[in-house]
Amino acid sequence: MTRGARERLVVWAVYAAVLALAPLVFSKGFALTLLCQMGIVVVFALSYNMLLGQTGLLSFGHAVYYGLGAIITIHALNLGHGKLPVVFMPLVGGIAGLFFGVVLGYVTTRRAGTTFAMISLGVGEMVAACSLMFPAFFGGEAGISGNRSAGTHFFGITFGPQIQMYYLVAAWVLACTVAMHALSRTPLGRMANAVRDNPERAQFVGYDPKMVRFMMVALSGFFAGVAGGLAALNYEIVNAESLSARTSGLVLLATYLGGMGFFAGPIVGAVVVTLMQTLLAMVTKAWPFYFGVVFLATVLFIPGGLASVAMLHKRLWDAGQARRAGVVYAAMALPVTAVLCAVIAMVEMAYHASGDVEGPFRMFGREFDANSWGPWIGAVLVLAAASLACRWTWRRVAPRWNEVAQAMAAGSAR
Amino acid sequence: MSAPALELAGVEKRFGATEIVRGVDLRVAKGERHALIGPNGAGKSVLFSLISARFPVSAGRIALHGEEIQGKRPHDVNRRGLSRSFQVTNLFHRLSVFENVRCAVLWSLGYRYSFWRSADKLRDANERAREILERIGLSHRAEVSAGILSYAEQRALEIGVTIAGGADVILLDEPTAGMSRTETEQAVELIRRVTEGRTLLIVEHDMSVVFGLADRVSVLVYGRIVASGTPDEIRADAKVREAYLGATAHA
Repeated sequence: MTRGARERLVVWAVYAAVLALAPLVFSKGFALTLLCQMGIVVVFALSYNMLLGQTGLLSFGHAVYYGLGAIITIHALNLGHGKLPVVFMPLVGGIAGLFFGVVLGYVTTRRAGTTFAMISLGVGEMVAACSLMFPAFFGGEAGISGNRSAGTHFFGITFGPQIQMYYLVAAWVLACTVAMHALSRTPLGRMANAVRDNPERAQFVGYDPKMVRFMMVALSGFFAGVAGGLAALNYEIVNAESLSARTSGLVLLATYLGGMGFFAGPIVGAVVVTLMQTLLAMVTKAWPFYFGVVFLATVLFIPGGLASVAMLHKRLWDAGQARRAGVVYAAMALPVTAVLCAVIAMVEMAYHASGDVEGPFRMFGREFDANSWGPWIGAVLVLAAASLACRWTWRRVAPRWNEVAQAMAAGSAR
Repeated sequence: MSAPALELAGVEKRFGATEIVRGVDLRVAKGERHALIGPNGAGKSVLFSLISARFPVSAGRIALHGEEIQGKRPHDVNRRGLSRSFQVTNLFHRLSVFENVRCAVLWSLGYRYSFWRSADKLRDANERAREILERIGLSHRAEVSAGILSYAEQRALEIGVTIAGGADVILLDEPTAGMSRTETEQAVELIRRVTEGRTLLIVEHDMSVVFGLADRVSVLVYGRIVASGTPDEIRADAKVREAYLGATAHA
């Protein structure tokens, strides 16, 4: 076995181990719910990146396949009553996703680029509109509920308890991740990259770019449908929200945030977005604002996404520059944290002052009155001082950082 | 008698009211190395794009091995055994050099849109890609992204991608443009090697390349072929000297 193959095997083993052991560490009821949700978003975001990262298709309507997969799975669950084992229910969602991928993909993949993005938006809106017009099938805003633990049980596994549901999600996450990774390395997967880079040249090596895009949309519809099927089983309710533009937007954000240029990027993005959506929402009402800021900062400063930051640090480590970089980070940590605290304080106070939030504003265990001048002046002063401290510190450590950058450049040139 | 590898009859191309190609007749025999020369703006690159189906013809017929190909799509024409390179380098810039070549061999080996087998395990495709890299002298750069190759390396890869699919009719559009003297000599040597036993149609400005490489030469001026013959005949042709060679001889 080559070194590369052995490294890959280790990565897969770690991935499987994390999936298997996560509930032992995070065993509380809420944490388990969160893990299930993460797993579902992981599959959904990976399927989205088959389009965005691998084929270069920006879709604004990917939730269509997820939502339809979920709806058809819940109908199958209600109709099938034990005839089809629950374990294979996500496959129903996948086949539904594949079917709609074939039908809708035929329309959307006539063109690439901006036209594709616009058509995907149009198709997404159309399906979302249908979902409100036919509430009997789509469930409308109230949703359709099902019961995953009805029907026959094998070895006492009912999928009623959340932990059993988690392992069902985890098994599908592992299988789908392996399948999508393998797919990216097949002739179709490679040609998807080629079409992304240069559709014209792909034609002159014998491939029809439309066909490549069509097949990628159909197959990514399959995996999005599996994610939808898992969601239907996990929540036991599906509503119109699941195929809305909001859901399409969320998977785009997760994929971009994680890094569309790396296979593992969407996995990272899915985990981070799920955490922000739930944990951050528990701490502050302003979470969508922070979410927006984080996304904006990613687009502006780290277009490669979080995975590219991780890769950068792996290269730092390999180049033996970790200590030098660590010194820079340590020096910058305090002033940057101070800036963040000041900004957060101002955002939170603004929310409190608007009267939207109950009770006084608390930070560092102290109460502040958001409607008086004192805390605001204090926050502005802290922000100003911390910003100056940032600049001052950066000037001192910049030469060291440049050394790191140079050493890395020399390392990669070798 | 077998049909010529490539035959054009009365091929025309208009962009709006502007006629770029005005009735071109051209025959390229099997195994022949044919050069297409002419002043800037004569329509050489457009003619290439018509033959390779990048643009549709306005009138006329184009036959590849006796089969009409006008109106077909570029990938259809490619699958019938015609492959082209581009004047401006046109690669899969984010893929590695090796991937570029392997993508170019997949269709011809029958892998089509396969999504059930690993590309790394297709022994024939990988061997063929490595062999092409060997021939174009880029084996040591196999794992580098095509986008960061030097200009001459990109031109070599452009030729590699063009010939990789095993097409028997090769169209090269100014393969040595922008190269230094030594690089040009190496490129000509490379072209001679990789087109051995195949039919070649080449657009070229460098006369030493044309007369060193071609069996036959055609001269395109303002969208018409004004002369066609062996290099010696072309050199002696008065019309050609006036239209084209005269200018370069004095330069």
